Amino acid sequence: MAAIALSRLSKRFAPGAPPALEEVSLDIAPGEVFGIVGRSGAGKSTLIRCVNLLERPDSGRVEVLGQDLMALDEPALRAARRGMGMVFQHFNLHARRTVAENVAFPLEVAGMARAERERRVAELLPLVGLEAKRDAYPAQLSGGQKQRVGIARALASGPRILLCDEATSALDPETTAEILALIRDLRARLDLTVLLITHEMAVVKSVCDRVAVMEAGRVIEEGPVFGVFTRPRQPTTRRFVAEVIGHSVPPGTLSRLPQPNPGEARRLVQVLFAGPNSTRAVVSEASRDFGVDMNIVSGRVDEIAGEPFGVMALAAYGAPDKLEGALGWMRSLGLHVTELGEAA
Amino acid sequence: MNWLTPAMVDLLVEGFWETLVMVGISAAIAVALGLPLALLLHATGPGGLSPRPWMNRPLGLLVNAVRSTPFIILMVAIVPFTRLVAGTSIGTGAAVVPLALAATAFLARLFENALREVDRGVIEAARAMGATRMQIVTKVLVPEALPGLIAATTVALVSLVGFSAMAGAVGGGGLGDLGIRFGYQRFMPEVMLTVVLVLILFVQGLQSLGDWLVRRLSRR
Repeated sequence: MAAIALSRLSKRFAPGAPPALEEVSLDIAPGEVFGIVGRSGAGKSTLIRCVNLLERPDSGRVEVLGQDLMALDEPALRAARRGMGMVFQHFNLHARRTVAENVAFPLEVAGMARAERERRVAELLPLVGLEAKRDAYPAQLSGGQKQRVGIARALASGPRILLCDEATSALDPETTAEILALIRDLRARLDLTVLLITHEMAVVKSVCDRVAVMEAGRVIEEGPVFGVFTRPRQPTTRRFVAEVIGHSVPPGTLSRLPQPNPGEARRLVQVLFAGPNSTRAVVSEASRDFGVDMNIVSGRVDEIAGEPFGVMALAAYGAPDKLEGALGWMRSLGLHVTELGEAA
Repeated sequence: MNWLTPAMVDLLVEGFWETLVMVGISAAIAVALGLPLALLLHATGPGGLSPRPWMNRPLGLLVNAVRSTPFIILMVAIVPFTRLVAGTSIGTGAAVVPLALAATAFLARLFENALREVDRGVIEAARAMGATRMQIVTKVLVPEALPGLIAATTVALVSLVGFSAMAGAVGGGGLGDLGIRFGYQRFMPEVMLTVVLVLILFVQGLQSLGDWLVRRLSRR
């Protein structure tokens, strides 16, 4: 059973306005980190707010841990919300409460006794590394520390589900990496299901198992992160992926590449190394077996969702049929070869 | 300084006491009534905790009506109401009624603005954590707005000191009334000057106290 099952959610903020959500369906499995990526205005914020019904969809069904949330009355909905933690882009901490008091807030709301609250807070602060700051006020904390408070607060009532609404978008890259590592670590330790939305593909790349890409209120592509990164199908997805594994070759470099000899051709291709053959000496094998020359213009190796992955731009020279044969052979190995074309 | 007779000192002390009573009691009433009114305005307003335009608009209109009536006119206009509440329409006690009414409307607006300053994200976070509307009001909205509420109360107190000078029109007494009767009507500018000086000091004291509280309470 899915931890979160959204089916055919639609939402319009005003009659006649473009839909914020249109027939969005997603199943998020227990224990996975699921990312929703999209530009601002794509509807991802509305979607995550529909999961705990901060926003009520016009139609569709929201099921969390087997419970149909739209069918609940106010008190039952509040109880269901306590089973979901939420982390926000701007932290949304109470300025006049200390760190400990902020973390205790959801417990206070749930009617837990003071002594028990304090015991629970004392358990939570070490989890996010903030024991020393328990009596500090939010204004005295850095962005990363504030978000740690936000995370501890979200986890206070022991939820099974963590919703992250652009949780790292207000943080610098280093702090982002820290917070993402923390989320990943907590997911494993507390057996959480995490749904996060972001406009940064780098976040998806480092923390998510599966990803959905949204555009104009719809999910346009969905799948395991590695697959979506290495084989994006939609143009929007490709643009997102290019942000993280960009391979563009500067035009100056391209113009300096030697022209092919008479009777030979030049092909500029991008090769994506993924899967079982990603460690083979493809370039030298192809040169040897097909009698072509290969000039590596750019290349990098990376890891996506823990799997190695490489991308390389090649300028290949040789007789046209030999070149075709070499590139065809690379494709037959399961490498993803795309034509970069002749840049002007 | 031959005008500063013991009798005059007594008058000044008595006037100050009357001002204190009028301002203090009407401010207390205004805070007690103005805060719930502001919470109601805030909650029923657009984007509030439970938007209800049919309730918000008339309420807002009423508050504005009281606020736009010049105080001296308001005081006379509500004499029947004052008599109903205070039993009389003359004296310090009677002056408290229109003062409290004017200050309530004034404070309701100022309080509403202070509540509006509370970060909407914090309210949303409280909703996401399963807080009831009442919990959001008592544990988020009011505590987070507290510095703003105190600052608003300070402004209202200072305005009330000004309004209370007009209370002489219904025999309310107070320093302002003393200044008018002795300083202006009896040609004793020294009395007027003394009254003004005392009022300046009083207002300064109020403002400093308010500012100090706000500084202490805000954790920014």
